[in-house]
Amino acid sequence: MMASGYSTKEEDGHITVSGPGGGALRGKKPENTAFKQQRLPAWQPILTAGTVLPAFFIIGLIFIPIGIGLYVTSNNIKEFEIDYTGVNMSSPCFNCSQNFSWNSTRPCTCSIPFYLDQPYENNVFMYYGLSNFYQNHRRYVKSRDDSQLNGDLQSLKTPSKECEPYAEHDNKPIAPCGAIANSMFNDTLELFYNDPNGTKVPIPLTATGIAWWTDKHVKFRNPGENANLTAVFQGTMKPVNWRKPVYELDSDPQNNGFINEDFIVWMRTAALPTFRKLYRIIHKKNNMVPTLPRGNYTLEVVYNYPVRSFEGRKRMILSTISWMGGKNPFLGIAYITVGSVCFFLGVVLLIIHHKYGNRNNSADISN
Amino acid sequence: MDCDLSRCVGEENWVDSRTVYIGHKEPPPGAEAYIPQRYPDNRIVSSKYTFWNFIPKNLFEQFRRIANFYFLVIFLVQLIIDTPTSPVTSGLPLFFVITVTAIKQGYEDWLRHKADCSINECPVDVVQQGKVVRTQSHKLRVGDIVMVREDETFPCDLILLSSSRLDGTCYVTTTSLDGESSHKTYYAVPDTMAFRTEQEVDSLHATIECEQPQPDLYKFVGRINIYKDKEEPVARPLGAENLLLRGATLKNTQQIYGPVALYTGMETKMALNYQSKSQKRSAVEKSMNAFLIVYLCILISKAVINTVLKYAWQWSPDRDEPWYNHRTENERQRHVVIRAFTDFLAFMVLFNYIIPVSMYVTVEMQKFLGSYFITWDEEMFDEELGEGAQVNTSDLNEELGQVEYVFTDKTGTLTENNMEFIECCVDGNVYIPHAICNGQILSAASSIDMIDSSPGGYRRDLFFRALCLCHTVQVKEEETVDGIKRGIHQGRPTSFYISSSPDEVALVEGMKRLGYTYLRLKDNYMEILNKDDEIERFLLLHVLNFDSVRRRMSVIVKSSSGEYLLFCKGADSSIFPRVVSGKLEQVKARVEQNAVEGLRTLCVAYRRLSESEYEEACHHLTEAKMALQDREQRLAQAYDNIERDFVLLGATAVEDRLQEKAADTIESLHKAGMKVWVLTGDKMETAAATCYASKLFRRSTQILELTKKRTEEQSLHDVLFELNRTHIQYAVLCCRMAPLQKAQIVKLIKASKEHPITLAIGDGANDVSMILEAHVGIGIMGKEGRQAARNSDYAIPKFKHLKKMLLVHGHYYYIRIAELVQYFFYKNVCFIFPQFLYQFFCGFSQQPLYDTAYLTLYNISFTSLPILLYSLVEKHVTMETLKRDPSLYRDIAKNSLLRWPVFLYWTCLGVFDAVVFFFGAYFLFDNTTFTSNGQMFGNWTFGTLVFTVLVFTVTLKLALDTHHWTWINHFVIWGSLLFYVIFSLLWGGIIWPFLNYQRMYYVFMQMLSSGPAWLSIILLITVSLLPDVIKKVLCRAMCPTATERAQVGLGTNPEVLNSLVSPSLISEIT
Repeated sequence: MMASGYSTKEEDGHITVSGPGGGALRGKKPENTAFKQQRLPAWQPILTAGTVLPAFFIIGLIFIPIGIGLYVTSNNIKEFEIDYTGVNMSSPCFNCSQNFSWNSTRPCTCSIPFYLDQPYENNVFMYYGLSNFYQNHRRYVKSRDDSQLNGDLQSLKTPSKECEPYAEHDNKPIAPCGAIANSMFNDTLELFYNDPNGTKVPIPLTATGIAWWTDKHVKFRNPGENANLTAVFQGTMKPVNWRKPVYELDSDPQNNGFINEDFIVWMRTAALPTFRKLYRIIHKKNNMVPTLPRGNYTLEVVYNYPVRSFEGRKRMILSTISWMGGKNPFLGIAYITVGSVCFFLGVVLLIIHHKYGNRNNSADISN
Repeated sequence: MDCDLSRCVGEENWVDSRTVYIGHKEPPPGAEAYIPQRYPDNRIVSSKYTFWNFIPKNLFEQFRRIANFYFLVIFLVQLIIDTPTSPVTSGLPLFFVITVTAIKQGYEDWLRHKADCSINECPVDVVQQGKVVRTQSHKLRVGDIVMVREDETFPCDLILLSSSRLDGTCYVTTTSLDGESSHKTYYAVPDTMAFRTEQEVDSLHATIECEQPQPDLYKFVGRINIYKDKEEPVARPLGAENLLLRGATLKNTQQIYGPVALYTGMETKMALNYQSKSQKRSAVEKSMNAFLIVYLCILISKAVINTVLKYAWQWSPDRDEPWYNHRTENERQRHVVIRAFTDFLAFMVLFNYIIPVSMYVTVEMQKFLGSYFITWDEEMFDEELGEGAQVNTSDLNEELGQVEYVFTDKTGTLTENNMEFIECCVDGNVYIPHAICNGQILSAASSIDMIDSSPGGYRRDLFFRALCLCHTVQVKEEETVDGIKRGIHQGRPTSFYISSSPDEVALVEGMKRLGYTYLRLKDNYMEILNKDDEIERFLLLHVLNFDSVRRRMSVIVKSSSGEYLLFCKGADSSIFPRVVSGKLEQVKARVEQNAVEGLRTLCVAYRRLSESEYEEACHHLTEAKMALQDREQRLAQAYDNIERDFVLLGATAVEDRLQEKAADTIESLHKAGMKVWVLTGDKMETAAATCYASKLFRRSTQILELTKKRTEEQSLHDVLFELNRTHIQYAVLCCRMAPLQKAQIVKLIKASKEHPITLAIGDGANDVSMILEAHVGIGIMGKEGRQAARNSDYAIPKFKHLKKMLLVHGHYYYIRIAELVQYFFYKNVCFIFPQFLYQFFCGFSQQPLYDTAYLTLYNISFTSLPILLYSLVEKHVTMETLKRDPSLYRDIAKNSLLRWPVFLYWTCLGVFDAVVFFFGAYFLFDNTTFTSNGQMFGNWTFGTLVFTVLVFTVTLKLALDTHHWTWINHFVIWGSLLFYVIFSLLWGGIIWPFLNYQRMYYVFMQMLSSGPAWLSIILLITVSLLPDVIKKVLCRAMCPTATERAQVGLGTNPEVLNSLVSPSLISEIT
């Protein structure tokens, strides 16, 4: 009666469970259910060489073709990459990179000629790539205010503390606040096709469709729905490093303010310090002509973005895209390797199974 | 009998004593000054908390646990400094654990409060000013005079003053105290036993001096001083036989008057007895703690490495603070040492999930829920007893699978403890009661002459009388006693013999069959119906109770002819040295012969005392009984003085049959690689016979006998040590063991070099010490009361149930918990190691790889249920196989699944998988786009990809380890994967208004919309699982363990087994 009441075992705050004993169950025959008697019907698979063998062969047979397919697809993707940082004296952008100053009023421009030895079919995607740029630094990643970016008027005027030290400037709230927004990539890249007859044909670059649809339509919203952006942003400061305020990013109202796609793309922080971000899309004209024919091109850069201080690099990438995304031989190779390994292991296991399995069996029979 | 105590006891100076004034009356002047002492009231407080102190006290107790404290520290660090993960990630699980525990403990405490309340408020009759007043139990005070009626429970520890029974005795059961259901007799103080009314009782003027409360239920020393008129006070000894314990119940006695409250409330022996036992910890728990320390070291070194690398890396200011990523002014001004320290803490916080809170919860739940399978087990239910197995602690479930040494008691454990009188031998003449059932008196039916020869006849009758008198058996008249009924219906169908020792009952019954019937104890006269149907009456003067050190008991009686006789019965070894005459040789021969046959033998002797010898003996006894200090020792001396110069009468033999399937069980235990030691108080021959019968010894086994006359503790140690070094004992029998010696043997083996896991099994109070000493203590719900079952970790109805307990349940629990522990560490290495690797790519900035929700829920919900259910229902081989092939138990011996190589394998597997997850994702993400619309993914997609692979891999890894797929396993494994997917869709599907970040918005869905992500998830899962599958298959093919062979239905070769367990040496220590 009292005995159970005295279990002062839990002296040390230990989650002691005193067990289901006690006198409570006394005299009661346990129920004969499959669960209580641990006799639930069950499937009892056992991993033996014999049972695993087919799985290995099947994996091998599936993975190798997939791998080959991926590899071929990846190889068919055309990709061109050019570094325009301007580290070398010979580089056209050397001067720009050397003479960089935040306060310069006159933008520095440089143009880099390059040659595409293959025609680029279908839509061509133009990326800018940065290296040694730690967009995934913790201090950087969290330095944003998602509710401000979602159009919250309250947050517009009083940015989150996470944005420090990019939350206020001259006692005015910064919009968009935070380190990410402040360091938005602001080089302007333009492509020209050097026609064999000597004219420079500008290539039309589409600046929309580069951000996630959900980001553009749900996650990012301009404050004060459809109102005059200039008026809404009254009383806020542009980010310190920006040349123009957020409501002047684009003339198209559907691509201005917080829902500017260049801005949205930048705000999705990259996973690794070397990354690329989608910059423009070159839509194909028609089926007859390749989007970018073989030939000479010029990349015109308005050089605003300093990277040399942290030994960074800037690149421009042109790439076609398949169903599996951009050029990435790794996935295909990995599939082929794993498939082959599985196949090889299957063979090894077959031998082992043959050898040991027989030995075991015969040993058992003889006993 | 009356001796002046003030002279013969010179112990006025005991310190630890209290003086109780009966009825709160002052003693007459001249006696010691009345010093009112403060005693606690009679309130029982078993609850630990009150309403007010519950929260602080409970929290304090919970955080005293190191693991909880560790998580609290992590949580506080997260609150104080700027850490990578929100405090919610560790606060929520901790809060959950603490709350659940607090609720559980609070509920238990509430139940205790309720129980306390009902006990404290139960009505009690108190005598005040000559009237009976009804009051509440908790208002009782020390010195109050109480009245108790039949079937009432004593409200506190009381001294019996008088009883409604004329002989001043009362009967009591102590079922709720020690589980013994037999009726015990308690005695009133002789001077007050005549009191019949409250007034009389109230007129008593007396004080009681007694020791301060102490927990031993069977010990009490005190003295009552009764003041009559102006005379010197009369002192009377008080012993355990006068002290009625709280919790015991009055039986077969109408009423007892005026017991005096002596110890109240929390000072009662019952309350003192329910203090916490020392906690046993299982080998698995120890390994777990060792692993935890390793992981703690890994955690700290990870944090140190990262901190150092961080500062090395950001030596140049352009890395430390590039233009795009400035510190706030506050941070900049912080001293570098403080910054480094906070960084270290932040890394600790980031990696702290490697030691998961949930592991403790899961292990506790596994143990708690898992132990239900033991109580539910139908095969361990005993119809006769109406009880199944009991689990008193669930902390040791897995230890049942690790037992190397089994120490078993003999009587009642290996044997039935259902005694049957077989024969007696008087002076070499053997008497056998004919058949058990017809109960006829047939002396010497099958043998021996000289029955009628007069000396033999006299001796024989004396022998029979001796056995009828020398015992502590009680006679129960009614049929409806609620004690255990012992005794066979005889001429008087309504009388039973009840005793705490079944041997005595068997003997008294045997005597009945031989013509001498013990009738009753009435007014101190023992009545015997002799062969000629005459009633003989003997005045019972003294009972020298049995104890396991003396191994004998005696009574002193005065026959109707005025002779003083001392009868003694006991083990041969304790009787023979004290015998001066009698046919020693014949009796000895017979005793030895009987012992070889496995019978329990007792010798009977007597001594005729002259008047003066008796007076002296009485004096010694009373003096010893009166002593307040060293009473035990003095009594032993007195007994030693009195029990000598015996005339040997003869010997008895009682059979104790082997328990059903005891031999089979022992054989199985042997095959399972356990060493079975029998520790018994019996003599060597008897014990050896039992061992042969139970197949502990085989006919062919060599027996090494180590017989020592006096085995000192030290030399015993040496002998065992010697044995340990030179031989592998296969079976050991230790005879003549006192309870404490049993425990010492267990301790000795525990402390030997290999630190084997020991199990002690026994049924009696004399086994309690070894049950408490051994790693696992198992009690048999036997006939010798419930002491053993109460003090054990597990209680089973019969010895045969040990087989299933160890070979099936123990084995299952062990593999389950071993997998649980290893898997938990594995999955958390998989979880955290990618985060560690990520630090090398994010500038050592403590950027978490996964989202907060994933960090929090990984251990709580995504991967918790599969392993919990696995650890509850996994059966790697069927029960039948385990029972059929006990040698499978060897596969898990020596904690084999939790040894360092295995642990290392799991950890390496975890690291490998983590590397695959991380670098797999890394190379896939490297500078490329994943989608067919050219858009890029960010760091959260990267983390989500790794996390998805992680959740699937660790869950499928468990699926690969599962050998027993019930619907439950299917449900939880596929269910938790589905839950992960659904949760992720939901978590990323909405802009959550309460969050200040929306980083996971549509991340998971965008990832799923990309083909390469799917392909890489499949690829990475395959690669991660591959090594484990290969290892499993290769191990099984190249060198399969017995278990693995059993799984595929290949039995173990029995010949191989036999050669394995061939007995090498058998030793006996006497």
